[in-house]
Amino acid sequence: MDRFRMIFQYFQSNSESVMNGICGLLALASVKIYTCLDFSCPCLPRYNMAYGLGIMFVPPIALFLCGLILNRQSLVMLEEWRRPQGHRRKDLAVIRYMCCSIMQRAMIAPAIWIIVTLLDGKCLICAFSDSVDPKKFVGFANATLAQAQELLTRVPCKEDELMRNSTSRRAVSRYLRCWSQALGWSILLIFIVAAFLARWLTPCFNQAALLQTRHWSNYIDIEQKIFEETCCEHSRLFAHQCILHFFESMQKEIRHHSFDLAREKEGKEGKEDLLHGITDQDQVNRLLKTWYFEKPPLDVSQATHRHPPGL
Amino acid sequence: MDKFRMVFQFLQSNQESFMSGICGIMALASAQLYSAFDFNCPCLPRYNLAYGLGVLLVPPLILFLLGFVLNNNVSMLAEEWRRPQGQRGKDMAVLRYMFCSMAQRAMIAPAVWVSVTLLDGKCITCAFCTALPVEALGNASHHGLSQGEVKRVLARIPCKEIYDGQELIANEVAIRYLRCISQALGWCFVLLMTTLAFLVRSLRPCFTQAVFLKSRYWSHYIDIERKLFDETCAEHAKSFAKVCIQQFFQGMSTDLAATHCHPPRKAPTDAGEASEKLLGITDWGTMNTALKSWHRCKPPLHLHPATPYSSNGWAGEWQPPAQPPTQPPAPRREVAAYYSGV
Repeated sequence: MDRFRMIFQYFQSNSESVMNGICGLLALASVKIYTCLDFSCPCLPRYNMAYGLGIMFVPPIALFLCGLILNRQSLVMLEEWRRPQGHRRKDLAVIRYMCCSIMQRAMIAPAIWIIVTLLDGKCLICAFSDSVDPKKFVGFANATLAQAQELLTRVPCKEDELMRNSTSRRAVSRYLRCWSQALGWSILLIFIVAAFLARWLTPCFNQAALLQTRHWSNYIDIEQKIFEETCCEHSRLFAHQCILHFFESMQKEIRHHSFDLAREKEGKEGKEDLLHGITDQDQVNRLLKTWYFEKPPLDVSQATHRHPPGL
Repeated sequence: MDKFRMVFQFLQSNQESFMSGICGIMALASAQLYSAFDFNCPCLPRYNLAYGLGVLLVPPLILFLLGFVLNNNVSMLAEEWRRPQGQRGKDMAVLRYMFCSMAQRAMIAPAVWVSVTLLDGKCITCAFCTALPVEALGNASHHGLSQGEVKRVLARIPCKEIYDGQELIANEVAIRYLRCISQALGWCFVLLMTTLAFLVRSLRPCFTQAVFLKSRYWSHYIDIERKLFDETCAEHAKSFAKVCIQQFFQGMSTDLAATHCHPPRKAPTDAGEASEKLLGITDWGTMNTALKSWHRCKPPLHLHPATPYSSNGWAGEWQPPAQPPTQPPAPRREVAAYYSGV
């Protein structure tokens, strides 16, 4: 439980770690989706390649777009890019830095999908089984070209009646899986080496500029968050004043119409009047009806002049 | 339990993560609902299409409507749309913003249902098995079966146990083909939805940022104003009830004192707060009378201000005084102090 709490607190501590958290979740989701997916190669001549390559490349595009959508910083970056210059200069280096960091984070889940697909092997077996040279395999070397093609197309389907106990099928399958896994591990190695170099070599080039751009990109992010929080706070105070003003104006109307006895009490209102002078069923009904039919104008200048903002 | 609380706290920490949390939960619920659903293809020629497309399209519609029903802001939107203009202008941009953001949230569960259905493949297999291209995949020419017969045979493809058309077209081949088409459609749908979401989200800062900031602020304002108004009314109702009940007890105590021809007992000064709280009712008979009176004859919803004479007619109505007062005159009611500091 404590560990859980610590993990949450760590991820909430700043927006970068929130982004890292979301990125991690997407990566896990991509592995989970792949394992849940029921891969069934069609084992038909042109469909195999389309299906295999489709499963390998279309979900990564969707995951990449998801990574961009879920990342709050992409919106911040776009706003910074498109805003009119006004009194504040625009620094393209900051925008480039933000763009790079967003792209890097968004590319992790698709890369994991592609690597898992390659390491598993089913996609490549499905896509390229009919591109294999049949002469290399004993069971297919004697068949005519057309027959060999037909058999090769059915290699990915283990339960197919023609292929059920075929040793050549297993041979082709192993061959393709070997290629697929080699490709997968190579890609993984390349990514890790690239990440390693990127992380180690950046301090050698232009560290001061990097510190500046990182600072200002953080600043823009924080500034936007604080602006939203301030707007929320402001709208809360605005609403509070508006409602108090409304109750007071109702009270004034009541006094004005009832010529009343309540006027004598004006002097006694030392304490805060929680009832706002509304003490009757009809008055309450009238107040609620007025609230619906005639909402007060969005103008609390009168109210704030009488009640200093400290209240 | 703790874990739930922490997840909720994390999600509520800011508006954005709260909304993302809600979307995630709805997506998971939709996927779970699909896996709990027991799909039973009827394996009959025209019923297959109806059942398959029904399962594909009807639950998303229900989930979409449910998304609106469960959203608390729907009543807020309806109220803002229908209220009379009065002294406050209505801003269509704010209404559009509120509607769009609600519709976007409501579309997530249906989109997940359709994606999961298509990626699973059972629906499309059931719905379109009679439309298989038998010439390409099987042996169409070897059987003298009529069109209707062929369709009846093909309709049984999803039900492997009763399928009898193995010579016409192999069951596995047919299912593989249909499932491949279904998954292709599914991934295309997922890609389409994510592209749309991406475009909607990224085009906004490029074109309408100022309008967006305004609409967001005022829609948030309307929400907060409504909540604060409800809170203020609740506080008012509480104070009203307190005063009303106090006045009732005092009225009771004074009445009983008058009936029994002795002055209301003065509390000794050193008993202080406790005797004040007794509100002048200090014995079994008096309390029973008070309780009976509360049940039989609740006091009117009209708090008396502190005056020397009783005020009956002035319920603060500002209709012309020609109208008779709406409450019956309260009998023998001496006015007690009007507590404003409750």
